[in-house]
Amino acid sequence: MKNQSIKKNLDWTCILIYSALVIMGWLNIYSSSLSSIEDTYQKQLLFIILTIPLIFILLTIDGKFYEKYASIIFGVSLLSLAGLFLFGKTIAGQRCWYAIGGFTLQPSEFAKAATSLALAKFLSDSQINLKEVNRQIQALAIVFLPVLLILPQPDPGSALIYSIFIIVLYREGLPSWYVWTGFVAITLFVLTLVLQPQYVILLSLLVILIIHFKSRLGDRNIVLSSILFAIISGFVLSVSYVFQNVFKQHHRDRFNILLGKTVDLKGIGYNTNQSEIAIGSGGWLGRGFLEGTQTKGGFVPEQHTDYIFTTVGEEWGFAGSLVVIALFVSLFLRVIYLAERQKTKFSRVYGYCVAGILFTHFFVNIAMVVGVFPTIGVPLPFFSYGGSGLWGFTILLFIFLKMDANKVNEW
Amino acid sequence: MRKFLMPSLIIVGALLLLIRIFYLQVINDSFKLKSDNNAIKIKYDYPERGYIFDRYGKLLVSNQASYDIMVIPRELKNIDTLEFCQLLNITKEDFIEKLAKAKVYSPRLPSVFLPQLNKSEFAAFQEKLRKFEGFYFQKRSLRDYEVDFGANVFGGITQVNEQLIAKNPYYNSGDLIGTQGVEESYEEILRGIKGVKYFQKDKYNREIGSYKDGKYDTIAVQGEDINLTLDAELQKYGQQLMINKRGGIVAIEPKTGEILALVTAPSYDPSILVGRQRSKNYTLLYYDSIAKPLYDRGLLAEYPPGSPFKILTGLIGLQEGVVDEQTTFMCHHGFSYGRGRFMKCHSHLPSQQLNNGIYNSCNTYFANVYMRTINKYAKPSVAVDVWSNHVKSFGLGQFMGYDLPTGKRGNIPDSKTYKRIYPNGGWRSTTIISNSIGQGEVLMTPIQLANMMATVANEGYYYTPHIIKKIKGTAIDPKFKVKHQTTIDKKYFKPMISGLFDVYNLGTARALRVEGIDIAGKTGTAENFAKIGGKRVKLEDHSIFVAFAPKDNPKIAIAILVENGGYGAAIAGPIASLMIEKYLRKKITRTDLETKILNTSLKDRYAKLGGMKEASAIETTPKDSIGNKNGMTNFSPIDSIKQN
Repeated sequence: MKNQSIKKNLDWTCILIYSALVIMGWLNIYSSSLSSIEDTYQKQLLFIILTIPLIFILLTIDGKFYEKYASIIFGVSLLSLAGLFLFGKTIAGQRCWYAIGGFTLQPSEFAKAATSLALAKFLSDSQINLKEVNRQIQALAIVFLPVLLILPQPDPGSALIYSIFIIVLYREGLPSWYVWTGFVAITLFVLTLVLQPQYVILLSLLVILIIHFKSRLGDRNIVLSSILFAIISGFVLSVSYVFQNVFKQHHRDRFNILLGKTVDLKGIGYNTNQSEIAIGSGGWLGRGFLEGTQTKGGFVPEQHTDYIFTTVGEEWGFAGSLVVIALFVSLFLRVIYLAERQKTKFSRVYGYCVAGILFTHFFVNIAMVVGVFPTIGVPLPFFSYGGSGLWGFTILLFIFLKMDANKVNEW
Repeated sequence: MRKFLMPSLIIVGALLLLIRIFYLQVINDSFKLKSDNNAIKIKYDYPERGYIFDRYGKLLVSNQASYDIMVIPRELKNIDTLEFCQLLNITKEDFIEKLAKAKVYSPRLPSVFLPQLNKSEFAAFQEKLRKFEGFYFQKRSLRDYEVDFGANVFGGITQVNEQLIAKNPYYNSGDLIGTQGVEESYEEILRGIKGVKYFQKDKYNREIGSYKDGKYDTIAVQGEDINLTLDAELQKYGQQLMINKRGGIVAIEPKTGEILALVTAPSYDPSILVGRQRSKNYTLLYYDSIAKPLYDRGLLAEYPPGSPFKILTGLIGLQEGVVDEQTTFMCHHGFSYGRGRFMKCHSHLPSQQLNNGIYNSCNTYFANVYMRTINKYAKPSVAVDVWSNHVKSFGLGQFMGYDLPTGKRGNIPDSKTYKRIYPNGGWRSTTIISNSIGQGEVLMTPIQLANMMATVANEGYYYTPHIIKKIKGTAIDPKFKVKHQTTIDKKYFKPMISGLFDVYNLGTARALRVEGIDIAGKTGTAENFAKIGGKRVKLEDHSIFVAFAPKDNPKIAIAILVENGGYGAAIAGPIASLMIEKYLRKKITRTDLETKILNTSLKDRYAKLGGMKEASAIETTPKDSIGNKNGMTNFSPIDSIKQN
């Protein structure tokens, strides 16, 4: 029986971790919702129960379906994003929801899976060589089309997630200078905000000079080094300019709080400070389930959504945080492992995308909560409250698990 | 190689997060503390303050319930403002203003809307309270004074200030604390220990239950009652005698150092500083910079003591062996010393020994004794230090260590003093001769004078004066049981005491004798000056009297200071006799003296001295506005104070 073989071929490790994370997420939402009048934990329970038929549908759909209709799915997804500008509902200044009955739907949560499918489809063509500039542009276009639609909502958090596709593309042959450039750019960006731009420029001059004179005589190229220096200086100055003149004050505040430049614990720094207090109060073993004073008191804003990890930190302590992080990391590495053993390029690329997207959410979210990343709205996969998020991540993961289960049949 | 970038990123990223979490949760524990401040609301249970009794167990100070009307502006519903204002006897403007003030503080936190209503004020309001949503009441305990005297001894209670909160972790904003008097010095005993209850709260400061089922809660410890050494009747009588005068009376039981009475005048009814009128009345008292009703003259009024100091000059002369009882000096209306300087004396027989030197208060006699004492040593600086040490052995020139929060050192000069005044030297016995008669650099407070008399009464020792007699549950400070021996041998006190006794038989206090009580005493007159219109003007002398009785078995030693009262025997002397009789007999036979003193008013004299300002300040202070009962006892009719 076909159903039998799916059951046998499904990767139960992933499903187990997935289930564990969803259940733990719900317990923490339950705890954090005790302080509020909204019945978020009941709603979330409904969302979780609804994932069961969703998973059945996903596993029933033929594995070939996704590859076949990837472009169409991507197109529909782009349309749903664009449609927000006409029919979207604005919540807290962000126009990124459709209101259907009492529930809201966030298309950007589904767009990630769609983009992954489209990218996988594009790269699975054996003719594609990412060493060619044309192909590079096409691939990047697939990634940045949804970003262009998401950014003006404005939802920089969701948009930020798409940067992980660079790493996926690198896995599939994108030249390494993309990654290096990205790495250097991020480093320079952070340095510019921490130090003064003139010091960063001096520092980079020093580094370039060292590289220049350490390299062999024949490799020395004074023109290249000068251009490099000019580009870096230009970048640093423009970062500084953009930060001071283009960024709005609340953006600057978020960075400045992070860098310890502004301390305003009741105002702009409230979120970060409260979440650090909540996590910090957990100690080794935490205060125990439903015992978190910060959680009960409702001090951490948005605790059931973006700041759900604070409940883990406060009530379960370092031990609990370690378990949650270990579960996440195991899931990511497991998905990558499964991706690497895929027989088709399509499902491998897709698997990579799944791991990358989940990891980026995980990293950005927890980094923000523990105060090492600016405040940005990114949910913690499977944990954070919200139907769209939960279903989006479930769809993302289970499409891949279905592909993985199918790989035997493809022979 | 390209395979490894993503897994490496994942592992490095996760490790970074773990390190950060480890830092927050395990290494840096400041967050744990912050979280407690954040989420736990502490509620205090204030114990009742201990009662204060007098030495015989008469209740002086107890407590009364008072009610603060509280408001949480956000919870305010449509209320009948008119009815509300009528019930609380406030105007609509008051209402609007107070509510606006509460809103500024916080719309969701409770503010005190109207503080300290008494029972009857509150009763009418309480019935209708449920109609006024958003308002509730908070019960508090305030002092209730059973007597209308002793304000300076009791002190009061007030809300703690910010500095104290920062310094002493026990107190929180809004807590009450004893200030001045025994309320301050026995604060920790009287207040007890407040109980603590922890509640879990949310970000709106709303309670959402007991924290950890009350595991950390503590129960309040009741404040302890105390007995003062005060004799309530004597204290009251002293204050009555001092009406319309300014000054202080200190009476001490010589055998124990117990303070029997500590009177300052003008004074006020302690109950005017309780409840809603407190701040208004306190302001009135505080800004009366001329009569200074908050200034405890018994403890703080530092003056050159004048003649009573001759007692010490004589005792030191005897101890140093420069004179004996028979040593005679001739006095012709004064004493001249070097280059035409002359110390005047009174009219009396020219030949003076110790005994008549005392009862005549002969300046010449004591100037000679003092000169001999100083000239006994080769260097005046050595001599002055010897003399100074003798004087200081009576507890003078230093804080005495009594258990009331205010005090002055007084001043007893020594060689260092004169090195400072005369840096080039050149001073000798004649330069500092004024010390012999209690002038010059010598300064004493009334309580020091009383202690000196107690020491003389004891023939050479004293116990540190104190106001505490008994604390329920604990012993009083053992330092009050330590006998302080002076440097004067016991045998020299006998002739001195008989001289002081003769002050009543033959001397300046002849008219002040009380039949059947042997009193030993000494008049004193302290010169004083003031700057009026930029000129140094000599004012009417301060009247001083010191005494103890009975002579052979002293039960009371007393010092009296009446500012600008004239000669010692004029006002201070009669008061001493009356106080002594009151204490020993509990009734007065010298009713002539009593009537005279009660009817003596120095108001006109003070008005003249202090200019018009004070007089008008008094007259424009209507009695009713400053509280109930008598108002400021200084200016109230005598009858009214007798109601207790």
